[in-house]
Amino acid sequence: MPVLFRKTKEMESKIDDYLDLVIRGGLLFKEGLKYYLTGEMDTFDERLASIDSLESEADELRREIENRLYTQTLIPESRGDVLGIIENTDAVLNVAAETLMMFSVERPQFPTDLHQMIRDLGDASVTCIEELIATIRSYFRDVERVRDGTNRVLFFEKEVDTIADRIKRKIFHDDAIGHLSLKMHLRDCIEDIENISDTAEEVSDRLSIAAIKRSV
Amino acid sequence: MSWFFLLSGLFLGWSLGANSAANIFGTAVATRMMKFRNAAVIAAVFVILGSVFSGAGATETLGNLGAINALAGSFTVALAAAVTVTWMTRLRLPVSTTQAIVGAIIGWNIFSGTPTDFQSLTKIVASWIVSPVLAGVFAAFFYLLARQTIFRLKIHLLRRDAYNRVALIVIGAFGAYSLGANNIANVVGVFVPAAPFPPIRIGSLLTISGTQQLFFFGALAIGVGIYTYSYRVMQTVGNDLFKLTPITAFIVVFSESLVLFLFASRGLQQWLLQHGLPALPLVPLSSSQAIIGAVLGLAVAKGARGIRFRVLGRIASGWVTAPVIAGLLSLIALFFAQNLFEQEVVATEPFELSPEVLTHLKENRISTESLLPLEGSTYRNPARFRRILQQTGEFSETELRQIFEAARVDTFRIDTTEVNKGVLTAAQYRSLRKLQGEVFSHHWEIQEALARLHPEWNIDLTQSALERKRLREVLEMISTSCRIS
Repeated sequence: MPVLFRKTKEMESKIDDYLDLVIRGGLLFKEGLKYYLTGEMDTFDERLASIDSLESEADELRREIENRLYTQTLIPESRGDVLGIIENTDAVLNVAAETLMMFSVERPQFPTDLHQMIRDLGDASVTCIEELIATIRSYFRDVERVRDGTNRVLFFEKEVDTIADRIKRKIFHDDAIGHLSLKMHLRDCIEDIENISDTAEEVSDRLSIAAIKRSV
Repeated sequence: MSWFFLLSGLFLGWSLGANSAANIFGTAVATRMMKFRNAAVIAAVFVILGSVFSGAGATETLGNLGAINALAGSFTVALAAAVTVTWMTRLRLPVSTTQAIVGAIIGWNIFSGTPTDFQSLTKIVASWIVSPVLAGVFAAFFYLLARQTIFRLKIHLLRRDAYNRVALIVIGAFGAYSLGANNIANVVGVFVPAAPFPPIRIGSLLTISGTQQLFFFGALAIGVGIYTYSYRVMQTVGNDLFKLTPITAFIVVFSESLVLFLFASRGLQQWLLQHGLPALPLVPLSSSQAIIGAVLGLAVAKGARGIRFRVLGRIASGWVTAPVIAGLLSLIALFFAQNLFEQEVVATEPFELSPEVLTHLKENRISTESLLPLEGSTYRNPARFRRILQQTGEFSETELRQIFEAARVDTFRIDTTEVNKGVLTAAQYRSLRKLQGEVFSHHWEIQEALARLHPEWNIDLTQSALERKRLREVLEMISTSCRIS
């Protein structure tokens, strides 16, 4: 029996490994953002390099999972959904990595009084990713709990929107930031961070439908 | 020549294979949980095993309904059924091989004048109604059980998928075995009384009876049907008729197989009787109706949404139309086979109303007063015998059948070397040996002679149903082994 299900076990752990990478990517983003705001640029660059290599690793793992799902005709009924979920989850990681890269390239200068709010924004975005990953795990093992999970993802996505909204208002109403071009640049950066939870929300929507299809 | 006559049975087997295998592996193949080639090989192998090892029970019931005694008659009856199935399938009307063959056999009974055994007919028809209901109850129960278990165990989707694949293979094999056991009767059952093959003895241990050889060839035809034609039907069943998930597919196939098995297994029947439980009759069923029953049961357990009652009505109409069409077709075909092609579709059998026969009938509570003027007369044509009996007295179909059974003349010479001693008790064997070399012309005379020698041969109501059944089987075995054709 164990030999019979060895391949299945391998596949299960590959999916788990992939989800672990996404969680780690979220944490690296949070750390990177923190170091950027405190101006510790060496440590920030380290985190950026880490998230970059982690992204490549996740890409490779994702391709292998997709390949195996097709070649071994596993879970024929749910395969399309699982592939969609995994691919979109990859997009979440990509957005996080791209945002850090953008910070490194464009070096946006946030006024100090916005720092805490930006940290909160980053924290809420990462919590959103963590909730999403937990929900994906539920989809595989305990489909009944997916509904609770997607609700939590939606909650944190709204939280991110609220914080981002407050930051954007502050940017545009604050006279300390003189130039409109500067205001617009900062707004774009905030929207990039916001994008992480938006992508997570898209995956969460897919999960809701996939879970309904999976109910026995 | 006998091979030619078997062809219609093999054709029937082929169409059964093409249609019924889809009820077992259709969803697994259509959902790509299993490759068609693997499914076909498993189905063919297990259909053959089920037919050869467990096919006898349901065949016996079908044989009781009408013992077709001429090979050309069997050919025509099987052909009428096969044509009905093919024709109705082409017209996209729901049809089952079982119902077609039952109708065709009754057609032969009417043509030959042989009384139909209403007890067997009632058993068969009642089972057609009970089997989908039972399959539905099983499916609902297993669905609720599976849902509870899956939620509690929290098995990973991929692991569940892997378990499900193994389960579908195991259940598919069980389903194919049950299908062979239950439905082989439809394919070659009508050939059994006129079985053309002598037994093959391999060493001193294994004897393959003529009936088992017949089952093997029938099952082979089913296998060929599965391999050559069931792919398309599997796609239809799996994709169009009802959309099932792999788990619900497993539940549906398991429920269907269980029902087919319950109505085919002699071992299970004996076990139930031994434990004083009600046993189901061994009757050929329609696997399509069992599976539709299972799907309905599942739908009810899921909340009874989206059941299309018009479709249900159409399916139920098949229960009436298939046997009626097959019966009419069988009657017409038999008429042409006999009068145009000059084939012997009903073997002439002598019937005699000797004083012994009349006494035997009287002991079995049949009023023989009206038969007294016919005492001593013999008849060679069953239709004429039936007419005369009906003119002489008022007999029900069941009584007519009993008179036919009692009056049929055969020749039996007791030869203990021909008898399977393993099923006899020491006392039974001793009394049988005392009859060595004696000749009887009616099968019931053997039982009466044996009962006079030892009480163990008595059949009475103080015995359990199982004991009576066993004794009848032993007597049947003795008369079959000692019959001189």
